[in-house]
Amino acid sequence: MDTVVLLKQVPDTETLIQIADDKVSIRTEDVKWVINPYDEFAVEEALRIKEKHGGKVTILSMGPERAVESIRTALAMGADEGVLIDDPATQGSDALGTARVLTAALRETGYDLVIAGQRAVDDDGYQVPAAVAELLGIAQVSMVIKEEITDGKIRCERTIEGGTVVVETDLPALFTTQRGINEPRYASLPGIMKAKKKPLVKKTLADLGVDPSEVGEAPAKCRVKNLSFPPERSPGKIIEGKTVEAKAAELVRLLREEAKII
Amino acid sequence: MAQGILVFAEQVDGSFRKIAYEAVSEGRRLADTLGETVTAVVLGSGVDGIAGELGKYGADKILVGDDPALADYTTEAYTKVLFDIVKDNDPRILLLGASSQGKDLSARLAVRLGVGLAMDCITLKLDGEKLVATRPMYGGKVLAEVALEGVPQMSALRPNVTEIVEAAKTGDVERLPIDTGVVKTRVVEKRVETASRVDLTEADVIVSGGRGMGGPDFSVIEELADDLGGAVGASRSAVDEGWRPHSDQVGQTGKVVSPNLYIACGISGAIQHLAGMGSSKYIVAINKDPEAPIFKKADYGIVEDLFKVVPAITAELKNRH
Ligand SMILES: Cc1cc2nc3c(=O)[nH]c(=O)nc-3n(C[C@H](O)[C@H](O)[C@H](O)COP(=O)(O)OP(=O)(O)OC[C@H]3O[C@@H](n4cnc5c(N)ncnc54)[C@H](O)[C@@H]3O)c2cc1C
Ligand SMILES: Nc1ncnc2c1ncn2[C@@H]1O[C@H](COP(=O)(O)O)[C@@H](O)[C@H]1O
Repeated sequence: MDTVVLLKQVPDTETLIQIADDKVSIRTEDVKWVINPYDEFAVEEALRIKEKHGGKVTILSMGPERAVESIRTALAMGADEGVLIDDPATQGSDALGTARVLTAALRETGYDLVIAGQRAVDDDGYQVPAAVAELLGIAQVSMVIKEEITDGKIRCERTIEGGTVVVETDLPALFTTQRGINEPRYASLPGIMKAKKKPLVKKTLADLGVDPSEVGEAPAKCRVKNLSFPPERSPGKIIEGKTVEAKAAELVRLLREEAKII
Repeated sequence: MAQGILVFAEQVDGSFRKIAYEAVSEGRRLADTLGETVTAVVLGSGVDGIAGELGKYGADKILVGDDPALADYTTEAYTKVLFDIVKDNDPRILLLGASSQGKDLSARLAVRLGVGLAMDCITLKLDGEKLVATRPMYGGKVLAEVALEGVPQMSALRPNVTEIVEAAKTGDVERLPIDTGVVKTRVVEKRVETASRVDLTEADVIVSGGRGMGGPDFSVIEELADDLGGAVGASRSAVDEGWRPHSDQVGQTGKVVSPNLYIACGISGAIQHLAGMGSSKYIVAINKDPEAPIFKKADYGIVEDLFKVVPAITAELKNRH
């Protein structure tokens, strides 16, 4: 079972997001970068699959040089090798452009299974995994909380509104992770030491044979035109009252008469 | 020339999801601006009977793919069938709901169509014939206006943010022949909780509990939610403690919800929690710590022990019924 994890480096969720002067991107200077939390679940699940079924775990990421650090973290958790596609021409890619690059890399690494996050918490795009699966012509299963592999098939439990569905499909396939699937392990000290010696190759579009005109800003079909901050919520009202009951009654009155929502 | 608005109307086991009405209503609004028509698409098995309902929300025409092979959602079958329908109808705009099914389907379909997709949008507007979509990014810390290339212009709407408007149209129903192609995915089992409570992403009211609940007994919150016809949510801490299932978690690594009213009980208001509920219309915070950050985001706050005040609110609501 050779598994490839699609891993994106994103700003830490605590990071203060500032809009850059171009109004279409964010300022990256003071950002702390981490592995997309859903991709952490993906790494963990890949490691568990390896522990059960053997094979290797490859971490695949498209991003700038700094993404090396996140790939190393995944290697320290126990993944076997990393591939970073770092090419300035990929900047400004939409989901399809990103998927083209990742797909080309996946064709090189080979895969029985691809695991991705259900969304990256930077652009909250929810699109790259499905695009990769479509370009590879394999099945995708979204928002998986449990999986089981037997005889070249994978059975996944996925969450839907108000319940879960169990689906089965042939390998190779791609699935995306959802919270609840596992608790990602921490990288151990020996793991961190070992990770330094694990293979981590950097590639460009030329290495992958991807035509630069197919990726990046120019062919993007979904483009950010403007970023803004959502309107600030006006400071709320702290409800005063002599008793708990008085406060409760005042809240109910406000919800009925002022907000008119109940 | 591409014309009209095509809307995928999601149904489950023979009932439309709320997002189906929202998407058709939004389609109607855009169509009226353009002076064009709305065609809704319903896929499933045994859905002939419900299809006509969409006329009420402004569908001029309803295309029905009714086939046992579409009884359960699979990405492969639905993508293939909807792709064929889009190709036959050549719409200017294609709308779906960004439910779990809609996200899975729209993302794959966009690539097959070779068009851009604005996912999880909160507002749509027209600039001439160009669709301009607004969607939250970075857990709602930023709003992005996005423009799309390709025909149709494709957008998936976040559930619970679009008003459902009745605008009766003829709603002529037409049944289509279906070819799902090769489908390698099989639905083995479906577990839908039959709880009377509505799903978090569709709920008008959500009452959530956090670490301040102090244990797995959420009955005070459940009673308030029941009284308001709402759903129960939780912070990640409450889920991590094992007090609530993962499916109840609201936030950056949980569900993103936009109810009319969100009542946070014993939740401090961490940035990752706000990422999931910051777009709620009204936020009420109940916390015994007056310094809790949640109060900065709340429209109304009560500084009290939740175990005292939540039952008092429920009692007050019952009084006035
Ligand atoms: C990558 C990442 C992703 C995350 N994703 C999520 C997510 O999706 N959702 C999420 O919620 N969190 C998420 N978190 C966790 C988040 O940072 C907070 O730790 C979490 O939201 C805190 O939960 P809480 O408010 O219930 O607990 P606390 O922060 O411990 O707050 C409990 C509150 O209850 C109050 N309280 C206690 N007793 C009472 C009482 N009797 N009556 C009234 N008030 C009382 C206290 O004053 C306190 O304010 C994430 C964190 C990270 C790093
Ligand atoms: N640049 C990238 N490199 C590697 N994987 C990516 C990249 N962008 C997105 N992904 C994968 O696709 C998932 C969803 O991303 P998105 O569609 O951007 O929300 C992420 O959780 C990753 O698994």
